Amino acid sequence: MNTALPATLDHRLARFPFPFPEDAYRYSANVEPALTTVATPAGSWGDKLIEIDGDYRAELAERDAILRRDPSRLALLDHMRPAAWDALLTVLETLASEYPEDMEFSRAGRACRWNNRLLGEEWEFTVGDDSSLPGGPLGFLSSQVQEDIVLLDQREDALWLDGGVVTFAADWSMGFDVGMRFLEVHGPVPRIREEEIITRAQQFLMRLQPGQDYRRSNWTMTVGRRLDTSIETYPEWGPDRTSVADDPALPARLHLRVEVQHLVRLPRSGALMFLVRTHLASLEELATVPAWRERLGKVLAELPEDMADYKGISRYRHAASRWLLGA
Amino acid sequence: MNVLELAVADSKYIAPDIREIVLRRISAGQQEVLPSYIPGSHIVIECGGRANAYSLTGSGDSPEEYRISVQLRPDGRGGSSAVHRFRHGERVKVSGPRSAFPPVATARRHLLIAGGIGITPILSHLRAAAAWGREAELLYSFRPGHAAHLEDIRALCGSSPSLFLMEFTERKAFRTGLAEALRRQPLGTHLHVCGPLGFMDSVIAEARSACWPESRLHLEAFGAADLDPGKPFTAHLARTGRSVDVPSGTSLLEALENSGVPVPNLCRQGVCGECRIPVSKGRPEHRDLYLSESDKAANTTIMCCVSRSHEPHLELEL
Ligand code: HEM
Ligand code: FES
Repeated sequence: MNTALPATLDHRLARFPFPFPEDAYRYSANVEPALTTVATPAGSWGDKLIEIDGDYRAELAERDAILRRDPSRLALLDHMRPAAWDALLTVLETLASEYPEDMEFSRAGRACRWNNRLLGEEWEFTVGDDSSLPGGPLGFLSSQVQEDIVLLDQREDALWLDGGVVTFAADWSMGFDVGMRFLEVHGPVPRIREEEIITRAQQFLMRLQPGQDYRRSNWTMTVGRRLDTSIETYPEWGPDRTSVADDPALPARLHLRVEVQHLVRLPRSGALMFLVRTHLASLEELATVPAWRERLGKVLAELPEDMADYKGISRYRHAASRWLLGA
Repeated sequence: MNVLELAVADSKYIAPDIREIVLRRISAGQQEVLPSYIPGSHIVIECGGRANAYSLTGSGDSPEEYRISVQLRPDGRGGSSAVHRFRHGERVKVSGPRSAFPPVATARRHLLIAGGIGITPILSHLRAAAAWGREAELLYSFRPGHAAHLEDIRALCGSSPSLFLMEFTERKAFRTGLAEALRRQPLGTHLHVCGPLGFMDSVIAEARSACWPESRLHLEAFGAADLDPGKPFTAHLARTGRSVDVPSGTSLLEALENSGVPVPNLCRQGVCGECRIPVSKGRPEHRDLYLSESDKAANTTIMCCVSRSHEPHLELEL
């Protein structure tokens, strides 16, 4: 099956961070240094901290619309203001160095100038003055990158999810989780507490120093090219999980959803920044790469029931696997 | 760890035995700004075959230079004499800033306490407090005529209504001032102290006796965030009969890779579990977060990205 694909799709697959190194998937503390390029059968990914692609404008417009409808997707506890400014400066500096053609950042004292040619926007703002940017530092930052942004404070020997803008959550809620400890945030995930994965991950994260950026990937499945699968909108997308199972259009509707998550110790405030960049590819698209088709088919068939239940894919995963392995 | 090569751009004596050194990038231009740092961070300077940690004294926000203040120790400990001999323009290898003494974002108020040269990380905290309008009170104890940065500090505290300064040149007055300060802080104040060990101990003891909870007491513990470079040892590969030397500062994983023995790995930080190797003889010095306590006690496996050997020889099933 090697149908010709439209150019945009080729681009998506070429940068797609296919997450399975083996035919079976289990949770592990799968963290690795950021900025190492990974070659795939369709191209490569991983050479950038912030990933801008052909869907840049569309995804930013979607985030803007979501935030207007539901401002609770942005949360920032008071003590995280310096962290939000730090996140803004750090990400704008990164954008300027990773996309020098399109992005420019300069600073003199507290006065900053930001030029985003992709959006045709130019801004001047003052570090620490929340009113100098629309949406404040965090809201503004979320209008410049496709990544969801989470900020964690470190204190009392723990990490606390004390701020962020998350419009593209995979079945969780920023408004609900804000103020929680890292371990509590991971409370619903099966296995990882017993296997001490999450306590080890926390210890590791607490020792991360500025400049030592790390990343990991995570995955689930989504019906439709839908980025917003947060708990708040469950009634809109939840029923699809059942209807897709015996829909002949399953291969086109069902998407593998991969999150590339970056872990960055912010260098001024000391907060931990967690960036989540969500990639979607339908089974039909993935099946154009034979190695991916087979690998995903096997992973879905083998996945233990508790993990499949947690990911919300139990109802259709075997149908998906059969199509991938049989088609 | 990222290493910066900087040049000594300026220096001056700011007290009879304390020299302030200013480090900048070698080639000015585009890349002029140095990596930002978290208040209270230190850099590690290599000199005279030793590596020493020194606190950075700025606020840490997009600095164009790193400033350290180094006290000359008569016994030459801490490499201070080598640093005091730095010439202008001299190139220096410096580790990127490391944070082990950060401010607490949720603190309602900061009680900063410095003894002598311990003022250096505290000054960094004070500058950041000034920049963000945080409330802070500084108790600074020093020998008369030997105070580093006193003018800076007075100017900072004079310029901001939320910063308060108390100076002490006598031990007894400091004790009384400290006892009072500890009792007058509002709930939610965090205490940060830096100075000679005995000084820090007595401040912490006084705070405990004034019923401060441990979670509000913070003392500078240099380099606690780093794994030390470790002693050199030799790894013997039982299956191939080869020997691989592992120098101080090189990990076992790096040494194996350098001698053409690839080992699967991911995090290189002792957390993911990928780089596990069976051990057949010797006692590994376990420094990872992956193995359980009983795994570690058994001494039959080692996470080679961070762990080393207690003894000069370690035999691996490779
Ligand atoms: C530091 C920032 C991190 C944040 C803010 C974060 C947040 C979250 C959230 C909100 C969920 C969904 C939980 C739910 O169902 O309500 C989740 C899932 C998960 N997280 Fe994290 N996480 C972080 C880092 C990590 C790290 C370093 C690991 C490494 C082990 C990890 C492992 C997992 C796993 C295994 C899941 C289950 C995912 C699935 O099966 O779909 N997380 N995380
Ligand atoms: S490489 Fe991850 S534990 Fe060693």
